[in-house]
Amino acid sequence: MSTPDLVLYDEEFQKIKDALGRLRQDSNANVVFLVDKNGQQIAAMGDMTNLDTTSLASLTAGNVAATDGLARLIGEKEFSILFHEGEKDNIHISIVAQRVILVVIFDERSSLGLVRLRVRRATSELDRIFEEITEKAAREKSNLSVEFESPFSEITDDDIDRLFSE
Amino acid sequence: MTFINYAAREINCKIVYYGPGLCGKTTNLQYIYDRTNPAAKGKLISLATETDRTLFFDFLPLDLGTVKGFKTRFHLYTVPGQVFYDASRKLILKGVDGVVFVADSQEARMEANAESIRNLDKNLKDQGYDISVIPYVLQFNKRDLPTAVPSDEMYRQLNIKGEPTFEATAPTGVGVFDTLKAVARQVLMELKKK
Repeated sequence: MSTPDLVLYDEEFQKIKDALGRLRQDSNANVVFLVDKNGQQIAAMGDMTNLDTTSLASLTAGNVAATDGLARLIGEKEFSILFHEGEKDNIHISIVAQRVILVVIFDERSSLGLVRLRVRRATSELDRIFEEITEKAAREKSNLSVEFESPFSEITDDDIDRLFSE
Repeated sequence: MTFINYAAREINCKIVYYGPGLCGKTTNLQYIYDRTNPAAKGKLISLATETDRTLFFDFLPLDLGTVKGFKTRFHLYTVPGQVFYDASRKLILKGVDGVVFVADSQEARMEANAESIRNLDKNLKDQGYDISVIPYVLQFNKRDLPTAVPSDEMYRQLNIKGEPTFEATAPTGVGVFDTLKAVARQVLMELKKK
Protein backbone atom coordinates (compact mmCIF):
# COMPACT_ATOMS: atom_id res chain seq x y z
CA MET A 1 0.00 0.00 0.00
CA SER A 2 1.18 3.52 -0.71
CA THR A 3 1.01 5.01 2.80
CA PRO A 4 1.56 2.95 5.91
CA ASP A 5 -1.28 2.73 8.42
CA LEU A 6 -1.18 5.37 11.09
CA VAL A 7 -1.12 3.86 14.56
CA LEU A 8 -1.37 6.22 17.48
CA TYR A 9 -0.60 5.29 21.10
CA ASP A 10 -1.46 7.14 24.31
CA GLU A 11 1.98 8.63 24.83
CA GLU A 12 2.19 10.35 21.44
CA PHE A 13 -1.51 11.22 21.47
CA GLN A 14 -0.95 13.12 24.71
CA LYS A 15 2.09 14.89 23.28
CA ILE A 16 0.09 15.94 20.24
CA LYS A 17 -2.72 17.23 22.39
CA ASP A 18 -0.28 19.19 24.54
CA ALA A 19 1.30 20.76 21.47
CA LEU A 20 -2.11 21.71 20.05
CA GLY A 21 -3.22 23.10 23.40
CA ARG A 22 -0.13 25.30 23.62
CA LEU A 23 -0.61 26.51 20.06
CA ARG A 24 -4.22 27.41 20.78
CA GLN A 25 -3.27 29.38 23.84
CA ASP A 26 -0.25 31.14 22.34
CA SER A 27 -2.12 32.14 19.19
CA ASN A 28 -5.39 33.12 20.91
CA ALA A 29 -7.22 30.76 18.58
CA ASN A 30 -10.70 29.29 19.14
CA VAL A 31 -9.98 25.81 17.88
CA VAL A 32 -6.87 23.96 16.75
CA PHE A 33 -7.04 20.53 15.22
CA LEU A 34 -5.04 17.96 13.34
CA VAL A 35 -6.37 15.86 10.46
CA ASP A 36 -4.62 13.26 8.38
CA LYS A 37 -4.52 13.78 4.62
CA ASN A 38 -7.31 11.24 4.16
CA GLY A 39 -9.74 13.31 6.17
CA GLN A 40 -9.65 11.56 9.54
CA GLN A 41 -9.39 13.72 12.60
CA ILE A 42 -6.41 12.93 14.81
CA ALA A 43 -6.85 15.37 17.70
CA ALA A 44 -8.58 18.65 18.46
CA MET A 45 -8.32 21.29 21.18
CA GLY A 46 -10.60 24.20 21.96
CA ASP A 47 -14.28 24.97 22.07
CA MET A 48 -15.89 22.40 19.80
CA THR A 49 -19.52 22.93 20.79
CA ASN A 50 -21.60 23.61 17.68
CA LEU A 51 -18.72 22.49 15.50
CA ASP A 52 -19.12 19.40 13.31
CA THR A 53 -15.50 18.32 13.54
CA THR A 54 -15.91 15.15 11.45
CA SER A 55 -17.25 17.09 8.48
CA LEU A 56 -14.69 19.80 9.05
CA ALA A 57 -11.91 17.20 8.90
CA SER A 58 -13.18 15.61 5.71
CA LEU A 59 -13.71 18.91 3.91
CA THR A 60 -10.30 20.20 5.03
CA ALA A 61 -8.62 17.14 3.56
CA GLY A 62 -10.64 17.53 0.35
CA ASN A 63 -9.62 21.17 0.20
CA VAL A 64 -5.93 20.36 0.70
CA ALA A 65 -6.08 17.54 -1.86
CA ALA A 66 -7.70 19.81 -4.45
CA THR A 67 -5.18 22.58 -3.78
CA ASP A 68 -2.30 20.08 -4.09
CA GLY A 69 -3.73 19.06 -7.44
CA LEU A 70 -3.87 22.71 -8.53
CA ALA A 71 -0.28 23.25 -7.42
CA ARG A 72 0.98 20.34 -9.47
CA LEU A 73 -0.93 21.54 -12.53
CA ILE A 74 1.06 24.78 -12.54
CA GLY A 75 4.34 23.06 -11.68
CA GLU A 76 4.47 23.79 -7.93
CA LYS A 77 5.21 21.03 -5.44
CA GLU A 78 2.51 22.21 -3.06
CA PHE A 79 0.91 25.29 -1.56
CA SER A 80 2.00 24.74 1.99
CA ILE A 81 -0.37 27.25 3.59
CA LEU A 82 -4.05 27.92 2.89
CA PHE A 83 -5.90 30.79 4.48
CA HIS A 84 -9.62 31.47 4.34
CA GLU A 85 -10.82 34.81 5.63
CA GLY A 86 -14.38 35.23 6.82
CA GLU A 87 -16.32 38.14 8.30
CA LYS A 88 -15.79 36.87 11.83
CA ASP A 89 -13.86 33.64 11.75
CA ASN A 90 -10.83 32.65 9.73
CA ILE A 91 -9.22 29.32 8.95
CA HIS A 92 -5.48 28.79 8.64
CA ILE A 93 -4.42 25.44 7.16
CA SER A 94 -0.87 24.11 6.91
CA ILE A 95 0.89 20.81 6.31
CA VAL A 96 2.90 19.13 9.06
CA ALA A 97 5.41 16.29 8.66
CA GLN A 98 4.27 15.90 5.02
CA ARG A 99 1.30 13.78 6.05
CA VAL A 100 -0.96 15.65 8.43
CA ILE A 101 -2.90 18.89 8.22
CA LEU A 102 -2.88 21.48 10.99
CA VAL A 103 -6.00 23.66 11.14
CA VAL A 104 -6.35 26.80 13.24
CA ILE A 105 -9.70 28.59 13.53
CA PHE A 106 -9.48 32.10 14.95
CA ASP A 107 -11.39 35.37 15.15
CA GLU A 108 -10.59 39.05 15.80
CA ARG A 109 -8.97 38.24 19.14
CA SER A 110 -6.00 36.98 17.15
CA SER A 111 -4.37 37.92 13.86
CA LEU A 112 -2.98 36.20 10.80
CA GLY A 113 0.53 37.33 11.72
CA LEU A 114 0.38 35.87 15.21
CA VAL A 115 -1.16 32.61 13.98
CA ARG A 116 1.52 32.17 11.33
CA LEU A 117 4.26 32.82 13.85
CA ARG A 118 2.90 30.34 16.40
CA VAL A 119 2.06 27.75 13.78
CA ARG A 120 5.67 27.77 12.65
CA ARG A 121 6.86 26.95 16.16
CA ALA A 122 4.22 24.28 16.72
CA THR A 123 5.03 22.72 13.35
CA SER A 124 8.59 21.87 14.30
CA GLU A 125 7.37 20.35 17.55
CA LEU A 126 4.73 18.27 15.74
CA ASP A 127 7.29 17.25 13.10
CA ARG A 128 9.36 15.70 15.88
CA ILE A 129 6.39 13.88 17.40
CA PHE A 130 5.41 12.39 14.05
CA GLU A 131 8.98 11.31 13.47
CA GLU A 132 8.75 9.40 16.77
CA ILE A 133 5.44 7.87 15.69
CA THR A 134 6.94 6.67 12.41
CA GLU A 135 9.99 5.23 14.17
CA LYS A 136 7.83 3.50 16.74
CA ALA A 137 5.64 2.00 14.02
CA ALA A 138 8.73 0.68 12.23
CA ARG A 139 10.03 -0.81 15.49
CA GLU A 140 6.70 -2.46 16.27
CA LYS A 141 6.65 -3.91 12.80
CA SER A 142 10.11 -5.44 13.11
CA ASN A 143 9.28 -7.24 16.36
CA LEU A 144 5.67 -7.83 15.45
CA SER A 145 5.62 -11.51 16.20
CA VAL A 146 7.32 -11.12 19.58
CA GLU A 147 5.54 -8.30 21.35
CA PHE A 148 2.87 -6.63 19.35
CA GLU A 149 -0.40 -8.47 19.03
CA SER A 150 -3.06 -6.66 17.01
CA PRO A 151 -6.36 -6.53 18.89
CA PHE A 152 -8.03 -7.52 15.64
CA SER A 153 -6.22 -10.78 15.12
CA GLU A 154 -9.10 -12.59 16.83
CA ILE A 155 -11.88 -10.86 14.92
CA THR A 156 -14.68 -13.21 13.83
CA ASP A 157 -17.61 -13.17 11.41
CA ASP A 158 -19.92 -12.90 14.41
CA ASP A 159 -18.23 -9.69 15.56
CA ILE A 160 -18.91 -8.19 12.17
CA ASP A 161 -22.51 -9.44 12.03
CA ARG A 162 -23.10 -7.83 15.42
CA LEU A 163 -22.03 -4.44 14.04
CA PHE A 164 -24.91 -4.55 11.58
CA SER A 165 -27.49 -6.14 13.82
CA GLU A 166 -29.00 -2.91 15.14
CA MET B 1 -5.06 3.60 5.14
CA THR B 2 -6.82 2.48 8.28
CA PHE B 3 -6.25 4.84 11.17
CA ILE B 4 -6.07 3.00 14.49
CA ASN B 5 -6.16 5.26 17.52
CA TYR B 6 -5.15 3.21 20.56
CA ALA B 7 -5.48 6.24 22.79
CA ALA B 8 -9.12 6.89 21.91
CA ARG B 9 -9.74 3.19 21.10
CA GLU B 10 -11.06 3.90 17.63
CA ILE B 11 -10.56 2.47 14.16
CA ASN B 12 -11.35 4.67 11.19
CA CYS B 13 -11.80 3.15 7.75
CA LYS B 14 -12.44 4.80 4.40
CA ILE B 15 -14.80 3.24 1.87
CA VAL B 16 -15.26 4.71 -1.60
CA TYR B 17 -18.28 4.17 -3.85
CA TYR B 18 -17.12 4.22 -7.45
CA GLY B 19 -18.95 3.90 -10.76
CA PRO B 20 -20.10 5.67 -13.92
CA GLY B 21 -22.18 8.87 -13.90
CA LEU B 22 -25.77 8.52 -12.62
CA CYS B 23 -25.31 4.89 -11.53
CA GLY B 24 -26.63 5.63 -8.02
CA LYS B 25 -23.58 6.12 -5.77
CA THR B 26 -25.07 9.12 -4.01
CA THR B 27 -28.43 7.32 -3.76
CA ASN B 28 -26.71 4.47 -1.90
CA LEU B 29 -25.30 6.93 0.64
CA GLN B 30 -28.60 8.79 0.89
CA TYR B 31 -30.42 5.55 1.73
CA ILE B 32 -27.83 4.57 4.34
CA TYR B 33 -28.10 8.05 5.84
CA ASP B 34 -31.93 7.94 5.95
CA ARG B 35 -31.99 4.52 7.59
CA THR B 36 -29.28 4.96 10.19
CA ASN B 37 -29.99 5.78 13.80
CA PRO B 38 -29.23 9.52 14.28
CA ALA B 39 -26.76 8.77 17.08
CA ALA B 40 -24.65 6.62 14.76
CA LYS B 41 -24.27 8.99 11.86
CA GLY B 42 -22.80 12.37 11.11
CA LYS B 43 -23.96 14.84 8.52
CA LEU B 44 -24.23 13.75 4.90
CA ILE B 45 -22.13 16.22 3.00
CA SER B 46 -22.74 16.56 -0.71
CA LEU B 47 -20.54 18.71 -2.88
CA ALA B 48 -22.83 18.75 -5.88
CA THR B 49 -23.80 21.05 -8.74
CA GLU B 50 -27.18 22.78 -8.84
CA THR B 51 -28.53 19.88 -10.85
CA ASP B 52 -27.46 17.40 -8.15
CA ARG B 53 -24.54 15.94 -10.05
CA THR B 54 -21.68 15.17 -7.68
CA LEU B 55 -18.96 17.75 -8.21
CA PHE B 56 -16.26 16.63 -5.79
CA PHE B 57 -17.56 14.03 -3.32
CA ASP B 58 -20.31 13.01 -0.93
CA PHE B 59 -19.24 12.12 2.56
CA LEU B 60 -21.03 10.20 5.30
CA PRO B 61 -19.41 9.24 8.62
CA LEU B 62 -20.95 6.16 10.29
CA ASP B 63 -20.30 4.75 13.76
CA LEU B 64 -21.12 1.09 13.60
CA GLY B 65 -20.41 -0.06 17.13
CA THR B 66 -17.45 -1.74 18.77
CA VAL B 67 -15.23 -4.61 17.72
CA LYS B 68 -12.83 -5.96 20.33
CA GLY B 69 -13.37 -2.84 22.41
CA PHE B 70 -12.60 -0.50 19.55
CA LYS B 71 -15.16 1.93 18.20
CA THR B 72 -15.41 1.30 14.46
CA ARG B 73 -16.03 4.33 12.34
CA PHE B 74 -16.56 4.10 8.61
CA HIS B 75 -16.17 7.11 6.39
CA LEU B 76 -18.15 6.59 3.20
CA TYR B 77 -17.25 8.64 0.15
CA THR B 78 -18.59 8.75 -3.39
CA VAL B 79 -16.65 9.99 -6.39
CA PRO B 80 -18.03 12.17 -9.19
CA GLY B 81 -18.90 9.66 -11.92
CA GLN B 82 -18.72 11.89 -14.96
CA VAL B 83 -15.69 11.13 -17.13
CA PHE B 84 -14.18 14.63 -17.06
CA TYR B 85 -13.88 14.70 -13.25
CA ASP B 86 -11.04 12.21 -13.27
CA ALA B 87 -8.61 14.43 -11.34
CA SER B 88 -11.10 14.64 -8.45
CA ARG B 89 -11.73 10.88 -8.50
CA LYS B 90 -8.04 10.22 -8.12
CA LEU B 91 -7.84 12.47 -5.03
CA ILE B 92 -10.73 10.73 -3.29
CA LEU B 93 -9.11 7.31 -3.65
CA LYS B 94 -6.21 8.48 -1.48
CA GLY B 95 -6.04 6.34 1.64
CA VAL B 96 -8.94 4.11 0.63
CA ASP B 97 -9.52 0.87 2.57
CA GLY B 98 -12.31 -0.63 0.49
CA VAL B 99 -14.14 0.05 -2.77
CA VAL B 100 -17.75 -0.54 -3.77
CA PHE B 101 -18.27 -0.50 -7.50
CA VAL B 102 -21.83 0.52 -8.35
CA ALA B 103 -22.72 -0.68 -11.85
CA ASP B 104 -25.73 0.62 -13.77
CA SER B 105 -27.80 -2.37 -14.93
CA GLN B 106 -29.24 -0.66 -17.99
CA GLU B 107 -28.13 -2.17 -21.28
CA ALA B 108 -27.08 1.23 -22.63
CA ARG B 109 -24.68 1.77 -19.69
CA MET B 110 -22.72 -1.47 -19.97
CA GLU B 111 -19.87 0.16 -21.85
CA ALA B 112 -19.79 3.02 -19.31
CA ASN B 113 -19.55 0.44 -16.49
CA ALA B 114 -16.61 -1.31 -18.13
CA GLU B 115 -14.89 2.00 -18.83
CA SER B 116 -15.35 3.09 -15.21
CA ILE B 117 -13.82 -0.17 -13.87
CA ARG B 118 -10.82 0.34 -16.15
CA ASN B 119 -10.56 3.88 -14.80
CA LEU B 120 -10.78 2.61 -11.20
CA ASP B 121 -8.03 0.08 -11.85
CA LYS B 122 -5.77 2.76 -13.29
CA ASN B 123 -6.47 5.33 -10.56
CA LEU B 124 -5.90 2.76 -7.81
CA LYS B 125 -2.60 1.84 -9.41
CA ASP B 126 -1.61 5.52 -9.51
CA GLN B 127 -2.21 5.69 -5.75
CA GLY B 128 -0.17 2.54 -5.15
CA TYR B 129 -3.06 0.06 -4.68
CA ASP B 130 -3.88 -3.13 -6.53
CA ILE B 131 -7.50 -3.82 -7.43
CA SER B 132 -6.88 -7.56 -7.14
CA VAL B 133 -5.87 -7.17 -3.49
CA ILE B 134 -7.95 -4.32 -2.05
CA PRO B 135 -11.33 -5.10 -0.40
CA TYR B 136 -13.81 -4.81 -3.25
CA VAL B 137 -17.55 -5.39 -3.74
CA LEU B 138 -19.61 -5.19 -6.92
CA GLN B 139 -23.20 -3.91 -6.91
CA PHE B 140 -25.64 -4.20 -9.82
CA ASN B 141 -27.91 -1.25 -9.24
CA LYS B 142 -31.24 -0.30 -10.88
CA ARG B 143 -32.46 -3.92 -11.03
CA ASP B 144 -36.03 -2.61 -11.13
CA LEU B 145 -35.64 -1.10 -14.59
CA PRO B 146 -37.14 -3.00 -17.55
CA THR B 147 -33.93 -2.56 -19.57
CA ALA B 148 -31.78 -4.23 -16.90
CA VAL B 149 -29.27 -6.72 -18.30
CA PRO B 150 -29.53 -10.19 -16.67
CA SER B 151 -27.31 -10.47 -13.59
CA ASP B 152 -25.27 -13.40 -14.81
CA GLU B 153 -24.47 -11.52 -18.00
CA MET B 154 -23.37 -8.47 -15.98
CA TYR B 155 -21.30 -10.71 -13.74
CA ARG B 156 -19.60 -12.23 -16.77
CA GLN B 157 -18.72 -8.80 -18.11
CA LEU B 158 -17.79 -6.93 -14.92
CA ASN B 159 -16.52 -9.37 -12.31
CA ILE B 160 -12.76 -9.23 -11.93
CA LYS B 161 -11.81 -11.55 -9.07
CA GLY B 162 -14.92 -13.38 -7.91
CA GLU B 163 -15.78 -10.47 -5.60
CA PRO B 164 -19.03 -10.49 -3.58
CA THR B 165 -21.80 -9.22 -5.84
CA PHE B 166 -25.21 -7.78 -4.93
CA GLU B 167 -28.31 -6.84 -6.87
CA ALA B 168 -29.71 -3.52 -5.74
CA THR B 169 -32.39 -0.90 -6.19
CA ALA B 170 -30.85 1.93 -4.23
CA PRO B 171 -33.84 4.30 -3.89
CA THR B 172 -35.85 1.61 -2.06
CA GLY B 173 -32.79 0.22 -0.31
CA VAL B 174 -32.74 -3.24 -1.84
CA GLY B 175 -29.18 -4.55 -1.53
CA VAL B 176 -27.76 -1.31 -0.12
CA PHE B 177 -26.90 -2.51 3.39
CA ASP B 178 -25.84 -5.95 2.11
CA THR B 179 -23.30 -4.21 -0.08
CA LEU B 180 -21.99 -2.04 2.75
CA LYS B 181 -21.79 -4.96 5.11
CA ALA B 182 -19.83 -7.04 2.60
CA VAL B 183 -17.21 -4.36 2.07
CA ALA B 184 -16.97 -3.59 5.82
CA ARG B 185 -16.44 -7.29 6.46
CA GLN B 186 -13.54 -7.41 4.01
CA VAL B 187 -11.96 -4.25 5.42
CA LEU B 188 -12.12 -5.56 9.00
CA MET B 189 -10.84 -8.98 7.98
CA GLU B 190 -7.94 -7.18 6.32
CA LEU B 191 -7.03 -5.73 9.75
CA LYS B 192 -6.81 -9.24 11.08
CA LYS B 193 -3.98 -10.04 8.68
CA LYS B 194 -1.88 -7.10 9.84
